[in-house]
Amino acid sequence: MSHVVSPIREKLVTGGKSYSDVTHDICKQVEGEPTKEWKIAFGISCLVFIYGAYCLFYTWWQGIGVWGLNKTVGWAWDITNFVWWVGIGHAGTLISAVLLLFRQKWRTSINRSAEAMTIFAVLCAASFILAHMGRPWLAHWALPLPNAFGSLWVNFNSPLVWDVFAISTYLSVSLLFWYMGLVPDLATIRDRATTAGRKFWYGFFSLGWTGSSKTWARYEYMSLILAGISTPLVLSVHTIVSMDFATSVIPGWHTTIFPPYFVAGAIFSGFAMVQTLLLITRVVFKLEDYITIEHIEMMNIVITVTGSVVGIAYLTEFFIAWYSGVEYESYAFINRATGPYWWAYWMMMTCNVISPQLFWSKAIRTNLMVSFFLSIVVNVGMWFERFVIIVTSLHRDYLPSSWAMFSPTMYDIGDYIFSFGLFFTLFFLFAKFLPVVNMAEVKSVMKGVSSNFPAKKAKATKKTEE
Amino acid sequence: MSSTTNYILGVYDDEDEVLHAVGEVKAKGIKIEDVFTPFPIHGLDVAVGHERTRLPIAAFMFGTLGMICALSLISYTMVFDWPMIIGGKDFFALPNWIPVTFEGTVLFTAFGLVTTFCISNDLWPGNKTLPLDIRTTDDKFVMAINVDKNKVSAADIKKALKESGAIEVNVK
Repeated sequence: MSHVVSPIREKLVTGGKSYSDVTHDICKQVEGEPTKEWKIAFGISCLVFIYGAYCLFYTWWQGIGVWGLNKTVGWAWDITNFVWWVGIGHAGTLISAVLLLFRQKWRTSINRSAEAMTIFAVLCAASFILAHMGRPWLAHWALPLPNAFGSLWVNFNSPLVWDVFAISTYLSVSLLFWYMGLVPDLATIRDRATTAGRKFWYGFFSLGWTGSSKTWARYEYMSLILAGISTPLVLSVHTIVSMDFATSVIPGWHTTIFPPYFVAGAIFSGFAMVQTLLLITRVVFKLEDYITIEHIEMMNIVITVTGSVVGIAYLTEFFIAWYSGVEYESYAFINRATGPYWWAYWMMMTCNVISPQLFWSKAIRTNLMVSFFLSIVVNVGMWFERFVIIVTSLHRDYLPSSWAMFSPTMYDIGDYIFSFGLFFTLFFLFAKFLPVVNMAEVKSVMKGVSSNFPAKKAKATKKTEE
Repeated sequence: MSSTTNYILGVYDDEDEVLHAVGEVKAKGIKIEDVFTPFPIHGLDVAVGHERTRLPIAAFMFGTLGMICALSLISYTMVFDWPMIIGGKDFFALPNWIPVTFEGTVLFTAFGLVTTFCISNDLWPGNKTLPLDIRTTDDKFVMAINVDKNKVSAADIKKALKESGAIEVNVK
């Protein structure tokens, strides 16, 4: 392929890899025995998952009375965790869809794991939606199904119903996009398979893929259209999540800035989570030649940009609270920064606004340990952001006699732990059984971006130009 | 593809070479069945002579269908079947329906598009078809020529493939 790649661009694949090296490096972990590190990590996530599942089961069995909610704070960790996970779930589609539309080649080695992470994060988010319904076995009541109540339908004017549609569409479309991206790579594993089991299962899911030029041409169109519709979809999801709050009349929630503010925050936290996972994956699976410092740096730049957007949103909110002249609105914000939850507010400010600014320094944004640490700091900050928005807007309502504080019980914490168990268990299963890097896409951008690409290929390129 | 068909396969190990070879082979009046590659090569489908796909049209139709279905469901339930008085507002509250209509449009487009793609390429779970040369999912580029559909003799086809830079020429 005759790409025009500027010579000043960093190489995206290092180590002088050939196409078959890519196949070999990526398939290695699918085909080999699981490593000891994988077994230990998977074992720990299963234990966390089991403990969390117990807490979640107890919550379902007893009802949400086991949480620390009270008459004033009626929504706390459940919705905080939900919004946090949905936000994290934005990065995958953003990387695979938006960066595809912008023709960013560096996305090719990270999109697969980022999309997988998206799907698992949305599943974690869904677990809180189900849990906070109180009676999760009636979850289907949120769907417009004919029923025995004189066909009482759902209210399509309600943002909570929009959310049901947004999250379920997002989950299913992301899953589809991810799976279609996997098909050519599954075919690669099928064609290399040495065991009957692998041949059968990878063969079953690779749909009889042969990689003909006709199929590839259609495939490219399909990916482009899926990217085109996923881009507004991903923006719509967090917009609608923000409307769960923004369409209410609670001071601190009732603001028009919420949709862009939430979307920026979602991308911010999602990229931070992708960063955390990539930094682990590249070491555990020895993918340093595919997920290079260049990739890490790009991710950090996106984190800085979105972190700054979030910072501006925080300041704008404060300014508007004062400028509106509404005393309830002003109080909600003064209470956030200086009230009993001041520590949560300043935690959020430090982690989300100040810490990503460190990435202006090239030394910091190319340092792996610092990037890893800051990526976690960002997600801590983003959890506090949601906690601040939700709990501090509720805990001091219109009647001072009903002012209250929220303290989580072990089941609030346990249900949150459940989501981590679920997320990491699924992620480790993915990393063992599916190729963590999109081989076909990496191969397609290798010429021009791979360092020391074998000399024979360079000659062939020249021949084509003639 | 059935095993009774006579194929001559030219194996290449570089994407630019195969793209170049397609032109050379075609110039000799040989009809190429298809080219199998490990990743998409821009311009290869045009070089081989495939028509431009109509998938975007299908996607648009599915999207339109999704929009119509969503709007019909919402207006049927909210206006006709069980209208609810919410602050005395209009039952037909179009702006409030934008989010769900949008999600419906995206959902139908995505699933309709992928289903159409799979049907048109004969892809389905459990399909046991394998590539003519399984190395095409790793690092080889294979040009397949159907001998029966060509007027050029098999020997000439093999010669043309060799001349165009094929590292191997196989018969299947």
